[in-house]
Amino acid sequence: MEAIKLTTPLTKEQSKKLKAGDQVLISGVIYTGRDAAHKKMIEAMERGEELPFDVKDTIIYYVGPCPAKPGQVIGSAGPTTSGRMDAYAPALIAKGLKGMIGKGLRTPEVISAMQEHSAIYFAAIGGAGALMARTIKESEVIAYEELGTEAVRRLVVEDFPAIVVIDSEGNNLYEQGKEAYRKK
Amino acid sequence: MRKLTFEEIASQVERLCIEANTVIGDDVTGALKSACAQEASPLGRSILEKIIENNDIAARETVPICQDTGMTVVFVDWGQEVLFEGGEIKEAIHEGVRRGYDKGYLRKSVVQDPLERVNTGDNTPAVIHFDLVPGDKVRILVAPKGFGSENMSALKMFKPSEGIEAVKKLVVETVDKAGSNPCPPIVVGVGIGGTMEKAALLAKRALMRHLGSSNSQPHLAALEKELLEKVNALGIGPQGLGGSTTALAVHVETYPTHIAGLPTAVNINCHVTRHAEVEL
Repeated sequence: MEAIKLTTPLTKEQSKKLKAGDQVLISGVIYTGRDAAHKKMIEAMERGEELPFDVKDTIIYYVGPCPAKPGQVIGSAGPTTSGRMDAYAPALIAKGLKGMIGKGLRTPEVISAMQEHSAIYFAAIGGAGALMARTIKESEVIAYEELGTEAVRRLVVEDFPAIVVIDSEGNNLYEQGKEAYRKK
Repeated sequence: MRKLTFEEIASQVERLCIEANTVIGDDVTGALKSACAQEASPLGRSILEKIIENNDIAARETVPICQDTGMTVVFVDWGQEVLFEGGEIKEAIHEGVRRGYDKGYLRKSVVQDPLERVNTGDNTPAVIHFDLVPGDKVRILVAPKGFGSENMSALKMFKPSEGIEAVKKLVVETVDKAGSNPCPPIVVGVGIGGTMEKAALLAKRALMRHLGSSNSQPHLAALEKELLEKVNALGIGPQGLGGSTTALAVHVETYPTHIAGLPTAVNINCHVTRHAEVEL
């Protein structure tokens, strides 16, 4: 299957066209954030403060990269388990976040927020961090530097490979794929 | 009496941390390749190919296979005829981890207090399991453990009357519930017997076994085979996106237990089933 080329920002129009099972190559700016950064962002929102970046039509990549070796843009950078961000994701989706890249299952609350706001959940290949780091062309810490690997980074990616797992209608490849290959 | 120094232990652990995180074992590569040849799902095959390519890049460029370079689990089998000189053995191991994670550009993923959660900044402390063994050799095995898979593990204290069926059900349900979270294809370590902590340690040890090896006891080898078929029938597949390869192997290890108990632990590892060892 031919991969679909996507360029950020991810608009509602684009996200509605994506279907569970689509393979995509993402280019443009994406942001990183995992457990600790999400907690801080939600706390900032609760205090009425600005987020480190405008989440509207952006994609967040759940990753805590390795340190860059000399000459590297970033160290190995594969996805972390998304479920740990489930408590925080609906609030960001309501604020306009259009895409999340991670791995693993999401809660019904996240999926219904995605359906309501036409957001997409992408899976990257867990455990293939060396391969994915090659598609990251720029990396800059923009917030919460004290969190180290968990800091928020602005990445510029080129043909970052991912798979649409849950689309804006709530179709879920984790369920469909398992059903198709399960031996009854 | 044979002597080993602080520096000898620290430098070996340093080297093993980097090696384990950048070079996957030939046994894992072999298992991934044969899974790729047999995988029913085209998407699953393409994922397995990318995983193999990733591992090639990591080894060639000495970069981490996965960004989760783990909490460092170290098994030390210390020959009782060997004397240690120059400080504390544990500190030599922690020092090796500290240096390895710094020099290898590995991610520091350890927090000091599990509730307050402040990163220690150097991936120490390691989790160290010592065993005293006969002889004048020391064997050190470094196994960085990622938590995407560690978090999906389980332990149950069954009644003896629940027997083997309860063991099988726990393994299959644990894998099923984990789904895509632990980065399948996974390796499943099962520890049966002993006490609560012994079962957990057996399950961890089971993950260190060479992929493709079977338990030497025929009834346990048969159980491993049956469990592998059962978990692969779940359909979870590579990365949980559907397919016939959910696990590369199921390894079972046992230990005598109490008349009243049947402790059973299931420790899940991702496809990055890493370890490196040395005998000194």
